[in-house]
Amino acid sequence: MSNQDSVNQGRRGALKCLAYGGAGTLFTLSGGVLTALDLTSAAAATPAGKNGLPLFLQISDTHIGFNKEANPDVAGTLTRTIAMVNAMPQKPPLAIHTGDITHLSKPAEFDTAASLLSQLKITEIHTTPGEHDVADVNVTEYFTRYGKPSQNRGYYSFDHHGVHFVSLINVLNFKANGLGNLGHDQLEWLEQDLKGRSASMPIVVYAHMPLWTVYEPWGWGTGDADQAMSYLKRFGSVTVLNGHIHQIVQKVEGNITYHTARSTAYPQPSPGQGSGPGPLKVPSDELPKMLGVSNLTLKQHPSSLALTDTTLA
Amino acid sequence: MKNQLMCLAALLFATPVFAAEETVSIKEFAFSPVSMTITPGTTVRWKNLDGEPHTIRSVDATFRSDALDQNDSFVFKFDKPGTYRYVCSIHPQMIGTIIVKNR
Repeated sequence: MSNQDSVNQGRRGALKCLAYGGAGTLFTLSGGVLTALDLTSAAAATPAGKNGLPLFLQISDTHIGFNKEANPDVAGTLTRTIAMVNAMPQKPPLAIHTGDITHLSKPAEFDTAASLLSQLKITEIHTTPGEHDVADVNVTEYFTRYGKPSQNRGYYSFDHHGVHFVSLINVLNFKANGLGNLGHDQLEWLEQDLKGRSASMPIVVYAHMPLWTVYEPWGWGTGDADQAMSYLKRFGSVTVLNGHIHQIVQKVEGNITYHTARSTAYPQPSPGQGSGPGPLKVPSDELPKMLGVSNLTLKQHPSSLALTDTTLA
Repeated sequence: MKNQLMCLAALLFATPVFAAEETVSIKEFAFSPVSMTITPGTTVRWKNLDGEPHTIRSVDATFRSDALDQNDSFVFKFDKPGTYRYVCSIHPQMIGTIIVKNR
């Protein structure tokens, strides 16, 4: 199911419908104020310009190597996801994988993932690792393949079409509190990276684990994220994306919109449901409705970002 | 107390009470037993019973496992007395302790 439509709607009215629709929900950031539109039907393709410029695709938690009953064919669902994206009439120039590319950090899993992702008709792919990608003892498999942009630090930034992207890593050096961790060096780098940038520049920040506390008992948060957010508060439009929890949860705080993506592999339970954040087994016909990707569109007048979630069915 | 713990371990995991190997099960996102006291020279075997992978990483980096899939094991022999805290790096809310001390 593809949702590319974007409809202008009064902010006040739009804020009333923050509920999530089964078919997906479109989020529009306009002047720092979030508007959300419940998408009840697939929208027809419309010309670029009216609905803005496709900016990037977020794909997350592909978990290549997982083979348990929650989804015995994660390569198959990733292939279906890629086919869905390739069939989109307006493909964004960038794809961002927000981690857990693999399930067990095994070389063969990384190779399979790279082979599948190479079929994506989007040439520029950025990644940040999930904890499943850095589970090998020496943490080498991910970095030998994806470490170059960050010079193996795991964090870096880049600009695209007037938008500043910040790729963070929060899956190394976990503290005993069980939450993700950015660490002093990365925070210092972030402060410097943002210093001097115009507050009107849209910012997209992404990491694997949530940069806000979704559910602390399961480690669904980042212990030192508040400091990172303090550097971002002065910007008019900040979009914070992550994966990790295999379901959509979102929050708005001032000009900062936090949004978590679906997995392409398997869903996870709602926070606190069951014994832990493991794979959630659902009826096979329900599974495609719980897997998917997010698209982010840049609107030029006024400069704003619109986020669309799309499921496999 | 030590003997009680070891007897408990023996009952739960069918491990001989004074064997040189003890087992920590990983089930439902928890280490069981969550704390274990052993003597120097004892080998500890962690076995993952969950469908979700886990790792064994000591806080001081004395021992580190790769990701353990379901039914995979990791073993480490403890020679030096001390208190070793460890976590699962994939689910760091999972915390366990191995205490190594002379009888």
